Amino acid sequence: MVKSLLKKAYTYFIFLFLYAPIIVLIVFSFNDSKSRAHWTGFTFKWYLEMFKDRQIMTSLYYTIGIALASSLIATIIGTIAAIGIIYLKKSLRSILMDLTYIPVLNPDIVTGISLMLLFILLKFPRGVFTMLIAHITFNLPYVILSVLPKLKQLDNQIYDAALDLGATPFYAFTKVVLPQISPGIFTGFLLAMTMSIDDFVISFFTTGPGVSNLAITIYSMARKGVSPKINATLSLLFASVVLLLLIVNNRMTRDNNRKERTV
Amino acid sequence: MRRSWLSFPYLVWMIIFTVVPLALILFYSVVKIEDGGIFLTMGNFKRVLEPIYLAVFLRSIKIAIISTSICLLLGYPMAMILASKELSNKSILVVLFVIPMWMNFLARTYAWMTLLEKNGLIATFFNLLGIELPMLLYTEGTVILGMVYNFLPFMVLPIYSVLVKIDKAVLEAAEDLGAPPTIVFRRVIFPLSLPGVTSGIIMVFMPALTTFVISRLLGGAHFTLIGNLIEQQFLTTRDWGFGSALSVVLMLMIVLTMGFALRYEKENEGGGLW
Repeated sequence: MVKSLLKKAYTYFIFLFLYAPIIVLIVFSFNDSKSRAHWTGFTFKWYLEMFKDRQIMTSLYYTIGIALASSLIATIIGTIAAIGIIYLKKSLRSILMDLTYIPVLNPDIVTGISLMLLFILLKFPRGVFTMLIAHITFNLPYVILSVLPKLKQLDNQIYDAALDLGATPFYAFTKVVLPQISPGIFTGFLLAMTMSIDDFVISFFTTGPGVSNLAITIYSMARKGVSPKINATLSLLFASVVLLLLIVNNRMTRDNNRKERTV
Repeated sequence: MRRSWLSFPYLVWMIIFTVVPLALILFYSVVKIEDGGIFLTMGNFKRVLEPIYLAVFLRSIKIAIISTSICLLLGYPMAMILASKELSNKSILVVLFVIPMWMNFLARTYAWMTLLEKNGLIATFFNLLGIELPMLLYTEGTVILGMVYNFLPFMVLPIYSVLVKIDKAVLEAAEDLGAPPTIVFRRVIFPLSLPGVTSGIIMVFMPALTTFVISRLLGGAHFTLIGNLIEQQFLTTRDWGFGSALSVVLMLMIVLTMGFALRYEKENEGGGLW
């Protein structure tokens, strides 16, 4: 009895620790005054002002745009590469897998500055394009590591059977292989999106003047003292990410249930 | 060999954007560029050993070790609780545990800034009670707090995923043979959970050692960790050589930690670090 009470208390303590800062952040996005400690009344004005703030809106567009574009490109290159990796000779394959782990294990700050050096030396003007390249680079491994296990589970004979029955390789690929590895591709895409939206360090070093994502904007504002508009933006972003992932989660459990029933 | 060429675009991409940039860092760490000539030098690495910089390294390692230990102490019981719950309740709790991670990393750190600042919520609350608090922000403790807050899930989740996979029959067998709960934990549960503990330690220690954001926002402009030192070399002093040497040392430290942990894993027949 005492033990379960203790467990409960500890769980509440940890969850309070995890949630308190986020809840305070969200609550004060509705606070009438600029104060971050005194509650003076409920308002939606920061949400309205947020939409009028050019700096916040452009960084929001950059965050979402780069997240979508980089995960899409990384998913395409990564999925194609994963299919190729399966057929590589063992020695080459292990080299490529080692390469794949480098961006995952390397400290973000080193990945960021090393890419910055490359862009400076190539005299490549830093901006949206360099940031996009950087995001694709750190997203690729996550796609490959999500797709490869699915490909390894694949029964090659089904694909060969499709070819024997007269399907073109492309048709057999889209009708036989793709449906079977699509959960892996989808997971990889989502992981890449999350990594991209969350990234600050690598973006910070690879972007140029005037181009900043939300994280960079918060960083530069946080050092001067932040406006409640940022609270509003973060609350909105947080709410949409939670909603998106809940929908995805819901769909996946539904698909799983359906699969179980048909099996 | 059929279709293996499909991986070549990826190979080219990784060479251009991963191998070449790292080679550049290695190159700049061992050369000195002067009067249009390029000379080989170990000067950059010698500077790393100067007392001021050595102190920064020691401080970073100390703070990373403290944060990792606190994460382990707080996280292990949490992982056990998450793993012990009956199934229906458990999945909700785990999801609830992960949700804070969906808030942007910088936003979470910023949230702590607003809580701890001079006129922040915590100071105001204690003022109402008539207690004058010392400055909460910009101390070593605040930096550690920020690290524990940001990285705690990285400790809990790997331990949790190992704990749920432990065969309940093994625990029952230990109990049937008369082991009291403390012995069951010490001799059965804990040893079996070690692979999760190892990967948890790595996943907390590495970002804690390399961060420059948490130390800048919660530690203030003069709080310097390795990450801040590297950032300064590239963005303020523009000393690429020294910055590269620092990065190489940092990478070596990561490789050593990883190698040590992986070897340890192998000895224990563990697996699935990633």
